[in-house]
Amino acid sequence: MPDSLLSLEGLTKRYAVTVLDDVDFDLQGGEIHALLGSNGAGKSTLCRIIAGLTPPTSGSMRLDGQVYSPSGKQEAEHSGVQIVQQELCLIPTLSVAENMMLSRMPQRLGIIKQGELRQQARIALDRVELGEIDPDLPAGKLGVGRQQLVEIATALDRQCRILILDEPTSSLSGGEAENLFRWLDRLRDEGIGIIYISHRLDEVAQLADRVTILRDGRHVCTQYTEGLSTDEMVGLMTGESPAQHSAESFRSYRTDRVALRAENFSHDQVVRNVSFHVHEGERFGIAGLVGAGRSELLRLVFGADSADSGSLRLGDSGSPLRFNHPHEAVDAGLAMVTEDRKSNGLLLPLSIRFNASIASLASRFSRGGLVRRRAENETVSDVAHQLDLRCRDLEQATVTLSGGNQQKVAIAKWLVRKADIFFFDEPTRGIDVASRRRIYRLIESLAAEGKAIVIVSSDLDELLETCDRIAVMSAGRMVATFSRGDWSVDRIMQAAFSEHMGKTA
Amino acid sequence: MKRTDAVRAAVQYAGLVGVLMILILIFGFASENFLKAATFVSIANQIPDLTLIAVGMTLVLVIGGIDLSVGSTLALSAAVLGVLMADRGWSLWASIPCCVLTGAACGLFNGAVSVLARIPSFIVTLGMLEIARGATKVVTQSQTKYIGSSVEIVSEPIAGILLSPAFLIALAAVLGGQFLLSRTVFGRYCIAIGTNEEAVRMSGIRSAPYSITVFVLCGALCGLAGLTYTSKLSTADPNAAIGIELSAIAACVIGGTSLMGGRGNVISSFLGVLIIAVLQTGLAQIGMTDPMKQIITGGVIVVAVLLDAARMRWSDRKR
Repeated sequence: MPDSLLSLEGLTKRYAVTVLDDVDFDLQGGEIHALLGSNGAGKSTLCRIIAGLTPPTSGSMRLDGQVYSPSGKQEAEHSGVQIVQQELCLIPTLSVAENMMLSRMPQRLGIIKQGELRQQARIALDRVELGEIDPDLPAGKLGVGRQQLVEIATALDRQCRILILDEPTSSLSGGEAENLFRWLDRLRDEGIGIIYISHRLDEVAQLADRVTILRDGRHVCTQYTEGLSTDEMVGLMTGESPAQHSAESFRSYRTDRVALRAENFSHDQVVRNVSFHVHEGERFGIAGLVGAGRSELLRLVFGADSADSGSLRLGDSGSPLRFNHPHEAVDAGLAMVTEDRKSNGLLLPLSIRFNASIASLASRFSRGGLVRRRAENETVSDVAHQLDLRCRDLEQATVTLSGGNQQKVAIAKWLVRKADIFFFDEPTRGIDVASRRRIYRLIESLAAEGKAIVIVSSDLDELLETCDRIAVMSAGRMVATFSRGDWSVDRIMQAAFSEHMGKTA
Repeated sequence: MKRTDAVRAAVQYAGLVGVLMILILIFGFASENFLKAATFVSIANQIPDLTLIAVGMTLVLVIGGIDLSVGSTLALSAAVLGVLMADRGWSLWASIPCCVLTGAACGLFNGAVSVLARIPSFIVTLGMLEIARGATKVVTQSQTKYIGSSVEIVSEPIAGILLSPAFLIALAAVLGGQFLLSRTVFGRYCIAIGTNEEAVRMSGIRSAPYSITVFVLCGALCGLAGLTYTSKLSTADPNAAIGIELSAIAACVIGGTSLMGGRGNVISSFLGVLIIAVLQTGLAQIGMTDPMKQIITGGVIVVAVLLDAARMRWSDRKR
């Protein structure tokens, strides 16, 4: 296509392995072009090459028919290519305005013109309907979703002809995402080419004009979105036919024995007098809006934060107790797969083996204070095999794994520990479809073994698919609990909003 | 498995051993006296204090801390030794435990305050640097305590092997420290704590006891260093080992220990100590002035760290 805004030919990127293999791609002005593929398929690498963050090993790029080979991010930006990456890049201690204008501060003799700075930021924010954000606020005080929006606003404020968004909605609320989609529609009308990466297929179906699907670094196909179902997209990404997934039926392993009963947990106004229980073999979901206090509840029960009130009982017997430190919870057989692998789930620079065994060293792999290396290696290797962990060897640093495989390591840690009660906080956030399936199957097999499982997820489909019961939290309270069979998306969503509607009505 | 372990270890130490060899060759060519047994015996008997401190410092750096008070702790421990032996007439064997315990007590203070009150160890140990130095002067009334031959035996070469008990103690500390770090549950926890303390907590491990123990160990090693330092001079000097914390940090950094925590190797730190010692001795032998020695030593530290950074980048790329 000669009139493409951007066209890539035979793009290849090799590190030790080939991450992109002879990929062709083209982007028209005025289209939203989604890039789909499981983690490790090469989407992010492709975008990084386009944005000048990394050079290709071979292949050529043309922008407006001219050869385009940016030497760095700045040159790419100069050519009108903007990227908003998945990780937040704002400097938390600088104000929103300073962050937005960082590379082009209005100044005289090196002294920042505060008034102009604020005004320009204000204009840029207003343009994308973020009028309520105070440009003087330190960026770190904003929620994660807001920070993401500010980054996108910043990219839009620069002269841009190609906008690359890598998972922009992963931390946005429904309303914020809707807002974003409206801007994107407007940008498309202005003739800007948008490359959009997301794991949320419904979003892609709704938003994108075309999709390009990558698998293992190769170009699978480029198709118009119209007439392409999300099931078909999954099929193209995984190389499996859609029937394999939709035919999956739910099987319950719930027993009558209560594994954990939590009573009257409260903390500040974030968690308000919440009680719940979970049976052995049961998968118990907690749904709710972002900020409803679900993760906080798990952290309180696990002893990671100290509760104002609340107690719990394990099994049928026992007196009420409360954990003051996670080590007490872990000793009692609890496990928590945290939401944020980077900050508190994994020791990213360290090896798979190190991470998988760390929670069990004292209980399983210690003899007189020495690490029993052979037992450690054997056990970790078994569990890695069981989880279908994709890695070169167990000494590989976890930071080099894809998101899905990192999550498997985080889970492996607790399988090695032989925990009885599992808390999963957003178990599949940012994880590709194939790994997600693998994790659902794993959770199911844990339930089959009689483990009690609590899952917090913002992805309602995930809970609907995996859980025996779903409780709903709204503004810190647990407002409803539904059993499989008598729930509906409508009723769950109504419950999730219930505490918010009461105030206005 | 075994084989890759061995290869990994060889690669890890090859760079440092290579640098050491090159230095020895250079000085060997530059000075006809350098390549003689006497030189190496002198180096071996000179380095125990710095080695002991570098072992402790490596452990502290691995958990993401730092101990600036090692020099003062050494001096205070030495002062206790000096007062007990010179003024009170205690025997060496009775005094050594007191000397080591003094160091351990300083370490306990550092560890307990920085870990329990969550104050950066940089600041707590900076305070300790002053406190212990002041205490040293109080204990000794700012006098140098002459002990004499009863303590000198620690630094005298043992007949037949030419090495002093002090050197053997330091060598044992190096091997023990590396064993602790690489083979024990305790060592694993230390590396984990230095990498990401919050992830350690969420894995159900209480990090505080381990962190505090590391500071206590570092203090106790300073106490031992106080003994070897004193035995070299046969006197307890209230102004002993000023600035040794920087040499110890330099040795660790040359050995590739990260100041950010989570990465460190005691044997590498020991090789760092050797590099510094060979450099000092060699430069002195070829007649360099003290200022030139300082400039060159500083330059070598920077170059060593640059090389290490390059090595890390290279192995990252290979991954």
